[in-house]
Amino acid sequence: MSNDPNSFPQVLTPPYGTKGPLGERLHKNTGWRLYLQTVVARAYPRIIGQQREKSWLFFDILLPLLSVCAYVFVYQAIGAPEDYIGFVVIGGAMIAFWMNVLWSMSSQLYWEKEQGNLALFIMTPTTMMAILLGMALGGLLATTLRALAIILLGSLFFHVQYAVTSFAQLFAVFILTMVSLYGLGMMSASLYLLLSREAWHISNLAQEPIYLLSGFYFPIKSFSFWISATASIIPLTLGLDAMRQLVFESGPSLGFLSVRVEIILLIILSIVFLFAARRMLAHMEKLAIREGRLTENRR
Amino acid sequence: MDFAIRTEKLDRVYKIRGGKKSEPRSLIALNDINLEVRPGELFGLLGPNGAGKTTLIKILTTLLAPSTGHAWVAGFDVVDEPDKVRPRINMVSGGETSGYGLLTVRENLWMFSQFYGLSSSVANAKIKQLLDVVGLSDRMNAKSSDLSTGLRQKMNIVRGFMTDPDVLFLDEPTLGLDVGASREVRHFIRSWVDNNPTRTLLLTTHYMVEADELCDRVAIINQGRVLACDSPAYLKRNLQHDVIYHLELSPFNGSLSSEIFETLPGVINVVHSPQDGFEALDLIMQEESALAKVIDTLNSANIRLLNLKKNEPTLEDVFVKLVGQSMEEVEKEGDTDE
Repeated sequence: MSNDPNSFPQVLTPPYGTKGPLGERLHKNTGWRLYLQTVVARAYPRIIGQQREKSWLFFDILLPLLSVCAYVFVYQAIGAPEDYIGFVVIGGAMIAFWMNVLWSMSSQLYWEKEQGNLALFIMTPTTMMAILLGMALGGLLATTLRALAIILLGSLFFHVQYAVTSFAQLFAVFILTMVSLYGLGMMSASLYLLLSREAWHISNLAQEPIYLLSGFYFPIKSFSFWISATASIIPLTLGLDAMRQLVFESGPSLGFLSVRVEIILLIILSIVFLFAARRMLAHMEKLAIREGRLTENRR
Repeated sequence: MDFAIRTEKLDRVYKIRGGKKSEPRSLIALNDINLEVRPGELFGLLGPNGAGKTTLIKILTTLLAPSTGHAWVAGFDVVDEPDKVRPRINMVSGGETSGYGLLTVRENLWMFSQFYGLSSSVANAKIKQLLDVVGLSDRMNAKSSDLSTGLRQKMNIVRGFMTDPDVLFLDEPTLGLDVGASREVRHFIRSWVDNNPTRTLLLTTHYMVEADELCDRVAIINQGRVLACDSPAYLKRNLQHDVIYHLELSPFNGSLSSEIFETLPGVINVVHSPQDGFEALDLIMQEESALAKVIDTLNSANIRLLNLKKNEPTLEDVFVKLVGQSMEEVEKEGDTDE
């Protein structure tokens, strides 16, 4: 073998790169096995990345907590009801999911294209839907940890009192919110497939207005019905509203719609977004291949 | 499967967006490409940057649709049956930065193996085996972001070969590598094909030596067109009746223009490349006697002959004869156009 780490060994002993470790042709899974393998494999970098890159502890927990603090102090200063502080803490935690969907789901395919991964993903036998699901699953697990940390720290700092009426409903609302939110992320990811640098600007543009419209720091009942209804297209709006109703005593009186109706709407949004994501992804992939935009941004 | 790769009247035209005031224009990247590559062949696409090599690979790997024409890989149409093509192919590009920097070499390779449906145990065994072969096993647990360009390219090569593809596409696999590493990569590629006689490898390169050393057959491509396609030996044999000379001359200093040699009887092609302190002239001539006229021209312009060498034909000479320019000159022109 060569001593130079930058060169291949001079003496190569065949067979190599031949017929698999056991001498026969490699067996490759297809169908649902391949689908599951892809989901797990693409989720892996997100989960393992969180362990290796610790900067998220600062950027994704402490910085959001600062925003939470600002709103809490405003509410305390104006003598708002005690539950409003809990509203802000829960909202601050859910922001982590919105940021994750916006920056690590929607615009992710653009970054993958820049890095050269997108072409390699597309030319594999797996589906882009499985790759996106892997991204979503990895992002969801990693972000849940961040959100829990924000809730824990926020609740400790500001002595938030919870009065959960139904853990089952709370769990259902959270899961449905996540499914529909990440479905929305997957759908918009397919749109970003065709974008160049403007992807970054669009994500930036979508960030702040949703903070306002989805009521991250206040109950959306403060808006008129139609504004709240429009904002409900973002699943976090309904999910957050339902969760607040389920965990705070004054929640139901400040809720936009009943929890039952919000659960039904979240189910509909989940189905619509996942179905649309699948259709749009297939369409956009074909379009990108036809227009030559999977690997080239300048054309 | 009669052919591992076949293309028929393949065209690809890019629409390039103009500025705010200018109209979009068309760029013909591929023009009437007809190729047939047999299973087990190591087939080369040789051409300058911008010749259309990468565009052709993108079409064959289902990443780009042709504007017109058809292409089949492993017996399946790349446009209508991409799902059947993809399990049978893989691709490695020179200078690619794929994977995730936070993951180790082994983890990155494992991740890609999963997208091909390899079980983890088979994938890990294959990864270990190939990392051993390329001399990267000691960096198996290093983060890929910590690898040098050469080591990263070794990782990419393992990624391409580990899935045991029927047809493997290598797009400029030695781009950016130093001479030693390039030689080792070439050696590895040739050995892999020799040990896997049913697998096909399509390699693009703009390095003549690479095409000459590796490929069973070579298609010379320029401006989206295939100009010639045959074994390197046969392509060069077509030049055997020509005479090829390399001359090194004292600086012209404006006293002579290289175009004058093209007007001399018996001179087929001239490639002039000014060097540091001298002028290099590569001549393809119909017969030896044409050299006398060249020397006369030099004498009358008071240019001294520093060195004279008769060369055996190379693929570079084949390219010059076909295109009328060296590959370097074509690339320079392309840069100017852009």
